Amino acid sequence: MATVELRNVRKQFGTHEVIHGIDLLIQDREFIAFVGPSGCGKSTLLRMIAGLEQVTEGEVLIDGSPAQDVPPAKRGLAMVFQSYALYPHMTVAENMSFSLRLSGTPKAEREQKVRTVARILEMEPLLERRPSQLSGGQLQRVAIGRAMVRQPKAFLLDEPLSNLDAALQGQMRLELARLHRELNTTMIYVTHDQLEAMTMADRIVVLNQGNVEQLGSPLELYQHPATFFVAGFIGAPKMNFLDAEVKTVDAQHLTLMLTSGTSITVPAPLQKLNANEKIKLGIRAEHLALEPEGELRGEIEALEHLGPRAYLHTRLADGTRLVAQTDGDTQARPGDHVAFRARSEATHLFNSSGRALTRSDPQAEPC
Amino acid sequence: MTGEVASKPTRHLHRPLLAPSVGALFLWMAVPLAMTLWFSAEHYNLLRPGKTAFAGWENYRDLLTHRALWIAMGNTLFLVGLVLAITLIFGTLFSLLLNQDFPGRNVCRLLIIAPFFVMPTVSALIWKNMLMNPVFGLFAWITRSLGFGTIEFFSRMPMLSIVLIVGWEWTPFAVLILLPALHSLNPEQIEAARLDGGGPIALFRYIQLPHLLRPMAVVAMIEMIFFLSLFAEIYVATGGGPGLASTNLAYLIFRDALLGFDVGRASAGGVIAIILANIVCFFLMRVVGRNLEDLR
Repeated sequence: MATVELRNVRKQFGTHEVIHGIDLLIQDREFIAFVGPSGCGKSTLLRMIAGLEQVTEGEVLIDGSPAQDVPPAKRGLAMVFQSYALYPHMTVAENMSFSLRLSGTPKAEREQKVRTVARILEMEPLLERRPSQLSGGQLQRVAIGRAMVRQPKAFLLDEPLSNLDAALQGQMRLELARLHRELNTTMIYVTHDQLEAMTMADRIVVLNQGNVEQLGSPLELYQHPATFFVAGFIGAPKMNFLDAEVKTVDAQHLTLMLTSGTSITVPAPLQKLNANEKIKLGIRAEHLALEPEGELRGEIEALEHLGPRAYLHTRLADGTRLVAQTDGDTQARPGDHVAFRARSEATHLFNSSGRALTRSDPQAEPC
Repeated sequence: MTGEVASKPTRHLHRPLLAPSVGALFLWMAVPLAMTLWFSAEHYNLLRPGKTAFAGWENYRDLLTHRALWIAMGNTLFLVGLVLAITLIFGTLFSLLLNQDFPGRNVCRLLIIAPFFVMPTVSALIWKNMLMNPVFGLFAWITRSLGFGTIEFFSRMPMLSIVLIVGWEWTPFAVLILLPALHSLNPEQIEAARLDGGGPIALFRYIQLPHLLRPMAVVAMIEMIFFLSLFAEIYVATGGGPGLASTNLAYLIFRDALLGFDVGRASAGGVIAIILANIVCFFLMRVVGRNLEDLR
């Protein structure tokens, strides 16, 4: 159990800076996810916390005390690697007890600890096997078990599920969430998959090109993305973006002219807007409803049936693509001409520099 | 394994299609072996090539009761064992060193590999005349400068000198195999071990060494094939002497056949060398095999 704090942390590889000064306080027992596209610096950040990568500038504090110069093994953190990094010539039990063996723990105590962890993870029958005899899901379990045996202050997980198939990923997501509840330990989880972050994390840090784009709970990020990048990254299917120009604006209403020529009126943001200013309008798929009189007209290009719902991939008159969610039993067919109405109070507005324009909600303040 | 992949109609074609190469290989091996066996049971001296006669076990009895064979056999085993140890130990150490990141690493790699590309005869000449020569060799100069006098390598410890030369030649081979093997180790495994509290020694002992066992076995197998029949270095450096002190089996056979013209006895020596090679091979396979079994 530990807090981890980053103070203005920077990382340079040669002359190339990949982390541009990040401040972050990870609370005790929190499940926090670093999420972002590949190359955003999320793994580097995790590796700096682990001590596998030197911090170029700034401070890393674990439980309030500076840790930049503490060797990795002494930080009391355990890491689960993307490739699992199990030792191939050791049995599962030997893999799990390796850190205890190096620290000179007596054999009986080692065995007892391994057995306890194996019971929690339901992998007692695997203890005498070697990694090469295990399936992907089992390897994953052993890697987590190896981290658990050390009873670390915090778990660092680096894309731990990305080598598993989709069904197993779903199962392991639930299992990791359960483990976090049971172990009651800080977990720092790195992933490029926003779904994993959304389903497991208490808070999510969205990283982009070495900067924190936004920090918040999954729902905050989904409902009030602070930037154009977060809006596009969080949520599947991706948020629809329409280029628009401000036509008229008053205290309550903002009327926008879309590139397709139609105009649309949405609640006005707090920020001041000028006429003819170019902005982006963001609408999530579930906030578009089929309506004959709707302002967004287009032709269905493809249809995805998911059972409980279906996605209509539509092409608007000006060529913009739009994904709308509808009922699973929709009668629409590709080639149909349809019209959508957007739920105007659920739309998002982004100015030309990518910042979200907020309405009244205080939580939506950009960080 | 290919049998599982191949479909039924093509499977029974395997044998006829393989037959030519298997047949060629068989002739390649069997004919010389049969001839050696035949000559080893003959009185056959090149000074009287017309006068051959059946000898039975006589060539073997001659050899086995003469101490030359036992000395040569001991020298052969001494050479194989010691050079294997030297090349594996130094090969591993150099590989660990060259696996580090430091400026000029590529040049160092090239320099370490270089001795392997020197011809055995040439390297034996260089060692004999430029390094180990008691009068104007480099080693003699060093020991004399330090006040230790000179070491007479080829007269006082001929076998050890041969071992040094061959070890110098073949350590690069071990590096050539072990360095890429070390490089192929998943870096996350090293990082995991570092997080588990492993220092450099523990990392080597528990992570890198087990990873290297398999390539080490390959190095040992290949090197053994060459060391059992080592000849050029001995011929150039010591001529098998002084006396029989640096004569191995290959050199003994050469002496019998081309210095003594006794083809019958040389052939008998050849057969004994084959038997020895098989025995050594058997034990090595057992050791190596068990290691590989462990890894699976």
